[in-house]
Order: sequence, then structure tokens, then C-alpha cells
Amino acid sequence: MAKIVTFSIDGQKCMAEEGQYLVDAAETNGVYIPTLCNMTGVPPQGSCRVCSVKINGKLTTACTTKVSEGMEVINESEEIQDLRKAIIELLFAEGNHFCPSCEQSGNCELQALAYRFQVLVPRFPYLFPERDIEASNPKLFKDHNRSILCKRCIRAITDERGRRLFAFGKRGDRIGISIDTKLAANISDELADRAAEVCPVGAIIRKGRGFAVPIGQRRYDGQPIGADVEQAK
Amino acid sequence: MATKVVIDPVTRVEGHGKVTIHLDDNGAVTQSRLHIVEFRGFERFVKGRPYWEVPVLVQRLCGICPVSHHLAAAKATDQIVGAGTGDGLSPTAEKMRRLMHYGQIFQSHALHFFHLSSPDLLFGIDGPIATRNVIGVALEHKDLAVQGVMMRKFGQEIIKVTAGKKIHGTGAIPGGINKNLSLEERDKFLDGKDLPNVDQMIDWSQGAIDFFLDFHKKNQDMLDNFSVFPSNHLSLVRADGALDLYHGVLRAVDSEGKKIVNDVPCQEYYDHIGEGVKSWSYMKFPFILSLGQENGWYRVGPLARLNTVDFIPTPLAQKRFEEFRAYSNGKPSQICLHTHWARLIETLHAAEVMKDLLNDPDLQGAELVRTGTRQEEGIGLIEAPRGTLFHHYRADENDQITMCNLIVSTTNNNEPMNRAVNNVAVSQMTGQKEITEPMMNAVEVAIRAYDPCLSCATHAVGRMPLEVSLVDSDGAVIAEART
Ligand code: SF4
Ligand code: FES
Repeated sequence: MAKIVTFSIDGQKCMAEEGQYLVDAAETNGVYIPTLCNMTGVPPQGSCRVCSVKINGKLTTACTTKVSEGMEVINESEEIQDLRKAIIELLFAEGNHFCPSCEQSGNCELQALAYRFQVLVPRFPYLFPERDIEASNPKLFKDHNRSILCKRCIRAITDERGRRLFAFGKRGDRIGISIDTKLAANISDELADRAAEVCPVGAIIRKGRGFAVPIGQRRYDGQPIGADVEQAK
Repeated sequence: MATKVVIDPVTRVEGHGKVTIHLDDNGAVTQSRLHIVEFRGFERFVKGRPYWEVPVLVQRLCGICPVSHHLAAAKATDQIVGAGTGDGLSPTAEKMRRLMHYGQIFQSHALHFFHLSSPDLLFGIDGPIATRNVIGVALEHKDLAVQGVMMRKFGQEIIKVTAGKKIHGTGAIPGGINKNLSLEERDKFLDGKDLPNVDQMIDWSQGAIDFFLDFHKKNQDMLDNFSVFPSNHLSLVRADGALDLYHGVLRAVDSEGKKIVNDVPCQEYYDHIGEGVKSWSYMKFPFILSLGQENGWYRVGPLARLNTVDFIPTPLAQKRFEEFRAYSNGKPSQICLHTHWARLIETLHAAEVMKDLLNDPDLQGAELVRTGTRQEEGIGLIEAPRGTLFHHYRADENDQITMCNLIVSTTNNNEPMNRAVNNVAVSQMTGQKEITEPMMNAVEVAIRAYDPCLSCATHAVGRMPLEVSLVDSDGAVIAEART
């Protein structure tokens, strides 16, 4: 059996198995640490920084850090919350996120975080970048306007031989997700569903199915993101 | 010295509207125009978007009747997914959409009449501006004001249970609807516990018509002679000639009632309707092709609808319709302010339709979406509260929109609104030295009969954000007034 370690989050005593990632360990203890690029079951990436916490006085990402004995974690300070909020605002400012007509509205993790952090008026100027749409795949529609470059699709979607269907193309501020046209040409319904599911926003969507879930039954209609973790406490 | 009167803005909803009236040296009106900056931008930016996004996207072009845009676009996308042109949906989907639409008509008509237009009727076009607004109505005619608010609420709640939320919902999707009506949702409109029930709505709608008729008796002269001019009238009608606000064939009649567009399928609209342009307005001027731009313009909306249909398929509204028809001796009515009368008859009809639908078990059905062979093109027409609305799209093999054409109610009424403005300007301003607020309000009363908007509900707080300048022929401002 794995060794149990004790640590604290915002002064509250917590216990977890040694070697667990901090986000997961926090969840077991009923504490929500917001995440975006992280996904259960897929090795962490640490790219979005939304999960930033202070450990022993130093800023770090909770999705990539394993808990250890005596760790002192600050999760809810004003400074950290503001930092997270700024990251969310920046993601909105650097893409083209038109929630009113996006079919992921209500299911989108980025939007849900914006609600949770009460992003009202962003501090940063919108960039309105020119982004492309890839619509030739028979099952998937990729709208790069909405991508937050979390790489969840790259990391999680592989075919039966382990080959990746998504990859980053281009460099710098032009970087974007591209679909491997050959590999994805005959993508199964299950894998196409999964690809749309892993995308936290509406950048990868299934064709011809938009808005199938009525308002009121969408993922975050009932309660804000993270509330399930906090209620389980 | 020639003078130009500018009323700017008239409204904020469709961008910006303003009226200019030119007077010559003798004070005669030489020209009046209603300029509207329109939202054709939508036709550009839906390009490239996936077709299923369109019903949710385009409804954003209106804050008052988004449901009409939502449904017109959904009807167009029905055709794209091979669900037919009005006959291919499951009964549940078709009836849910109808309920949504009639809820929308009901709330919008109630808003239009009680909040925006009744102040002019109750307090007079030249009534004191401090009371000539919805608050004035609330203070002096409490029952009426409360009914107006509750009727609006009823319609809004209907929209919420069908579309998902009161404005900008997502209920209608290509080939159907994304939810049915639960019994619990239904009972709210029938049991009268949380909100006055549908029978109450029918009674209040009857009461509103009685109120209008009573007012009409006392002010016949004013109502019947305000901005009257002959025109053609256009609307959808059900295949059997009945009033149907959700679906039908296109019919137009001339001022004598002769059919000039004879019940053609919506899918052929472009063989019958052309869109003219004029250099001074962003808004197009639609007309019936066979008659040409000069004579082919027409009115849409409640008045036009009651002029084109043969009958109303619900008993109480049909009775009222018979009175309405009799008043114009069976001919189309050309009386601008009788639009309010027609609107109230439709309000009653909408309440009756909602009652029938709420009691229809098909609304609890489970079949929500039907699709067939994918088509390239989709055309969806609907009767929006303020008139016929045309949505036309093409989508390529990648499901991206490549073409979009919209003709909205306001655009259809462009020429008649311009005529109405001119009419009022001539009768009110000719030879006048000073342009008074009541004169300007008279111009707006004419516009409001067709298309008031919430911000024109300036009314709602008593002040029109309206600026009038008298400008001489050299362009110098000689007088300015703010209402
Ligand atoms: S497409 Fe979606 S999953 Fe992939 S990187 Fe962009 S936001 Fe992340
Ligand atoms: S969730 Fe940890 S960095 Fe993105």
C-alpha cells in the first residue's frame, strides 16, 4: 500500500497517497484547484498555469507537482486568485471566443472558469487574431478561433496503433492545432466523440450535432465548475 | 429659406435610424426620409460558419424578436439537413416550435401595444411628455399596465420552456428541436398558480381589443385619418388561406384585395421579390418583381396579414377578424393606426393557439429530430411579429455557409415607413414656423405603428433620445431642440 503523507492547503490539514499529483490530492480532500490543460488519465503538461499555487512560498503548477510530507500549499490567496483570473482573461483576449453562438457554451471549461472567477471586463486588449477553420473532415469541425492550445487533443487522441491524430502546426503566435487528414479521414464515431469531449472549449466539435443539449441540462448550467469537488467534502 | 428637420436617432435597435424632413422657402415639405443603418453585416460573418450554428448566431441581430430569426434560420437549416420545407418535422418538433413562436408573437405584441403604443393612445400624440410613457400608463391605468406586464411575462415564460431561455435560446436545431415540454412545465401555464393561466390571457386579449374599440369610437377621426395611404400587402398564409404565423405560402394583395402574388411556395420567393437600393439608405427596398420597384412595394406586419388572409383558424379571433374586415367593407384596410387593432386580434389568436398547443399531448412526444438527404440550399420564411422574415442560406459539402441573404420585416416595411413619415410630415409640418415636440412625436407614432423598438421605448422612460435641428439651405443650424 502506498504511503500516506500529510500536507496542508491554506492551513487546512490534508492527507493523500504519496506520489499523487497535487490537483488530485486536493480533490480527494474536497479542495478545488482550477485546471484547464490537465485531464485525468493523461500525463500532465503544465502549460496553461491556471492551476498555479504557492508551495513553500514558491509559485508552481499543481497539476505537475506531486505531494510530499509536510508540504504547505497556498491555494486561495488574493494574489493567486488574481493571477489565475488574469490567465483566463488572457486566453479570452488572445483568441476569438464568441460564446453567444458557440455550441459549447454551458459545457465549456474556459467559460465556466470565467464565470467562477467573475471575469467581467478583461484588463487586456483583444487581439482579434485571424484564425482558420478546418471543415473537410467528415466528422469533425475544427475552429481554431477557439483553441487555447492546451494540447489535450494531441495528448489524448490516438488511433488503435497509438498514432496521434492531432499535432501542433506552425510556430510562434501562429501556432495551431492541425488534424492529420489521412489518419483522421476514417475516424470512428467513438474516437470522434472522444476528440470533441477532450477539448475543453469548442475548438473541436462533432459535425451536424450542435446545440443538441437544451439549456438547463448543460454541464455547468446547474452549478459552477469545481462545485462538485467542494461539495464532496 | 429652405429648412431641413432631422430627427436623430429615431431608434437604436437596428443600429441607428434618423428622419430628415426638408421644407422649402414657403414651408412646404419637399422630401422626407427615414434612414436606417442596417445589419447586413450578418450576411457576411455567417460565411464559413457551420450551418447548425446559424439559428443561434443570427438571432443576435435582434433583441426584441430573436425567436423569429432563430426559427426562420432553423426552418432554412431543416431543408439543408433534408427535413423538408415545412412538412418534414416530427409532430413534437413542429408543435414545440409553433408554441415558441406564438409565445413570442404574444409577448412582442403585448410589449408593442401596452408599453410602446398605448401611451400615445391614452394620453394623445400631443399629450404631456411627462406622462406619455409606460409609467404614465401604470399610474393612471393600473389594470391595463399590469395586464400588459403579465401578458408579456406569459409569452416570455413560454419562450423559456421551448427555447431554453427568454432571449437567445437554442431550442430549434436543424431538423427539429432539442427538448419537448414536460408535464410540469406545461401545467405552469394551465393551473394559474405561479402565473395567470392561458384562459386569463385569452380574456385579457379580448379586453385589450375592447379597449381599442372603445378608444376608436371616441377618437375615430384621429385614428382613421392618421397617415392613410393605399398599398400592397404581403404575408405568409396557410395553404387554405388561414392566418398562420409559422408557416405557409407567400401571398400578396393590392389595395383592392386582388391577389398579386398568388400563394407561391417560400422556396420560390426570389422569383417574386426583388430588392432595390437607394443611395441614401443602407436599407434595401424590396418589391414585387412583376410590378416593378415603383409600384411593387408593399406592407408587412399585422395589418398586412389581416389584409391577405381569408380567415383566422381560431374561433374568438375569427369573430374579431370579421368585425375588422367589415369595417373596411371587406377590402384591405389602409389605415395605419388600425395596425394596432390587427395586432390585438393576432394577440388573441396567439393566446388561443397557445391554449390548443398546451393541451396537445404531442408536445410530450419523444421524437425530436428528423433528417434526410443533405441539401445544398435552405430557405426559411416566417411571420415575425412585425412582418414577413426571409432567411436564405447555402452550405457547401464541408457544412460551411457560403451564402446568406436576409430580408427582415423592417426592410420589407421600408418604403411604407418612408411614406408614412412623409405623410405625417406633410400634414403636420407644412407651413409651420416652429417644429414642436408633438409634431416630432407624430412622426414617431407613424414609425411605431410599424416597428417600434425597445429603445424607441424611450417612451418607456418618457424621453426620446431625439435631436431635432432646423438647418437652412446653407447648412447653418438655426434652431436646435432636444426632447
Ligand atoms: S483544440 Fe481543444 S483540446 Fe486541442 S489544443 Fe485547442 S483547446 Fe486544447
Ligand atoms: S492545469 Fe496545470 S498547468 Fe494547466
